[in-house]
Amino acid sequence: MNTTLLLVQALNGLQFGILLFLIAAGLTLVFGVMDFINLAHGVQYMLGAYLAAYFAAITGSFWLALPLALLGALVIGLLLEFLVFRHLYDRDHLSQVLATFGVILFLNQGVKAVFGTAPLQVPVPDLLTGGVRVMDGLLYPTYRIAILAAGLATAGLLWFLVERTKAGMLVRAGASNAPMLSALGVDVKRLFMLVFGFGAMLAGFAGVMAAPILSVEPGMGDNFLILAFVVIVIGGIGSVRGAFVAALLVGLVETIGRGLMPDVMRLFLDPSAARQTGAALASMLVYIVMAAILAVRPAGLFPAGR
Amino acid sequence: MGADREFRVHRRALLAGGAVLPLAAPAIAQGAPIKVGVVAVLTGPQAALGTQLRDGWALGMRHLNNQLGGRAVETIVIDDELRPEVAVTKVRAALERDRVDFVVGVVFSNILQAIMRPVTEANTFLISTNAGPSTFAGRGCNPYFFTTSYNNDQVHSVMGQAAQDEGYRRVVLLTPNYQAGRDAFAGFKSRFQGQVLDEIFVPLTHTDFSAELARIASLRPDAIFTFMPGGLGVNLVRQYRQAGLANIPFLSTFTVDEATLPAQGEAALGFFAGANWAPNMPAENNQRFVRDMEAQFNYVPATYAMQSYDAAMLLNAAVRRVGGNLADKNALRAAIAAADFQSLRGAFRFGANQYPVQDFWLCRVARRPDGRFQTETVRRVLEASVDPWVGECRMPPRV
Repeated sequence: MNTTLLLVQALNGLQFGILLFLIAAGLTLVFGVMDFINLAHGVQYMLGAYLAAYFAAITGSFWLALPLALLGALVIGLLLEFLVFRHLYDRDHLSQVLATFGVILFLNQGVKAVFGTAPLQVPVPDLLTGGVRVMDGLLYPTYRIAILAAGLATAGLLWFLVERTKAGMLVRAGASNAPMLSALGVDVKRLFMLVFGFGAMLAGFAGVMAAPILSVEPGMGDNFLILAFVVIVIGGIGSVRGAFVAALLVGLVETIGRGLMPDVMRLFLDPSAARQTGAALASMLVYIVMAAILAVRPAGLFPAGR
Repeated sequence: MGADREFRVHRRALLAGGAVLPLAAPAIAQGAPIKVGVVAVLTGPQAALGTQLRDGWALGMRHLNNQLGGRAVETIVIDDELRPEVAVTKVRAALERDRVDFVVGVVFSNILQAIMRPVTEANTFLISTNAGPSTFAGRGCNPYFFTTSYNNDQVHSVMGQAAQDEGYRRVVLLTPNYQAGRDAFAGFKSRFQGQVLDEIFVPLTHTDFSAELARIASLRPDAIFTFMPGGLGVNLVRQYRQAGLANIPFLSTFTVDEATLPAQGEAALGFFAGANWAPNMPAENNQRFVRDMEAQFNYVPATYAMQSYDAAMLLNAAVRRVGGNLADKNALRAAIAAADFQSLRGAFRFGANQYPVQDFWLCRVARRPDGRFQTETVRRVLEASVDPWVGECRMPPRV
């Protein structure tokens, strides 16, 4: 594998990591601040993509669909909080897992009932079609560069919100000691609701951004959910900064690992066995890295406020 | 639709009851509907394929006035959920409680493998309308098992032959890392004699192909061959186009078809697929099928629907041939094997292993004047192709 290819793969890894970060950021906030395990976070990503597909089909414009889908994701997030999640904050983690898993099943079937079973597509917006030639015969799509930019901007915005605003201060305080915050006269219920709605909107945003490159289909969030949990565990639960670093790490390990592992295995095995074991090992790599990091830092890279 | 059918059955029962009441019981039994269990995956990410399969059968029933060989039909739709254990439980219930006369359907080979024994050991005919694994074409062939689709290997080998015919020398292969993916490579390589630059495996849950696309670009092949069913194919095709690789010919099986084209759209234009049929085939019965599928279900049918429709026509001819008497299994089997019907794909007959002997085509994705996308035949690659496993099949002459 030559240097150019390695650089291109690194770029691919970063872009995948940014997408992961958008999903994991909301998850880590909800988990960290509210100590609430929300398995349904993946379906909120899916809903964002479906809303984008729906609004893009109606309005014919990605740029109109984007704010509408974000608004829709926010409304659905708040609605779910009001109807389901609110009643689970005081329960143990197992009840939360069961209930939010039920939400996954319900919403996966729900989009199927509303939008049908066949995958949908969202066209790449005209402004962002085409690409940059990064190596001979390979374009790096402009749209993927836009995802990178949007992800970095979101990360910056989140950092500002969490570290530099009063709301952010309350969120950080909630993450370290919610009962104390409540005793100081802060309406923790409302804070939770806002955090939850914001988290749902971030997941929805990830879905909207992914819709033009990935197929919009029922269950599309389920695979991302597992990786998102890996990210927040590596990063330290509740830490946005940790989620950012961990998401990029997971994205790079996953992408470069898939490119390199078959070649590495070829040193030991014959080509056809090397390809298969290499591919299998590459999918394990992320979890091996997670185990290694947790062995050294059990609370993750950037443990939040403890 | 359900109410409509119930009414029909009700009315028939009334007529039969009124007119035939004084006759002996067997005559009434003769008037009872033929029960057919249609097994398809209707939930989960692959539900679009099962929906096509179910709807193809439904249209066949509509064209036949909900009758097989003059006898009324009751269709029992079974969702296998793409989970073998669920499929077995539901199919057993259909066999033992509903006493179905035929089991039809199945999109995926692993489901077929699971229900094969329960169905055939109940001496019930199983007609696969999509899954065609090599296991049941060779040593595991069974007198109670027919398929209206193909043997999987054949479809992949069509693309190998096509690559050979086009003069491609250097090819990259790309598939998910599971048995069917490895079978796809084997099928392709059985007829392709050029150089395989690399075989790339990805997880079945893969979504972002950017790393693989970079690798393909760096290898600069004459063409790629891939097998990426369902949503995998949607992601690959769109990202392949976006990465500017579309000047490298895209040869595929089960990757660009009418079930995925609505989501792939323009990105798939000009991409190639191997198949036993395409919606643009000009035969009059085929044009009627495509027209009515679109009118009733509002999508362009894929092979899943075509093969189910053919199964309805096949059973109709068979039941007519035996005069509606399903009790004599040997006669019924001979009647099915005769394949005395007009297949939508043209020439069709069963080989000794009860798998089809048929032509295979190189197809290309095109946009129709009405803006919808479909695959269209380019040229015939294999003529009256017999699957490679038939020699291993020791089919008993009688059941």
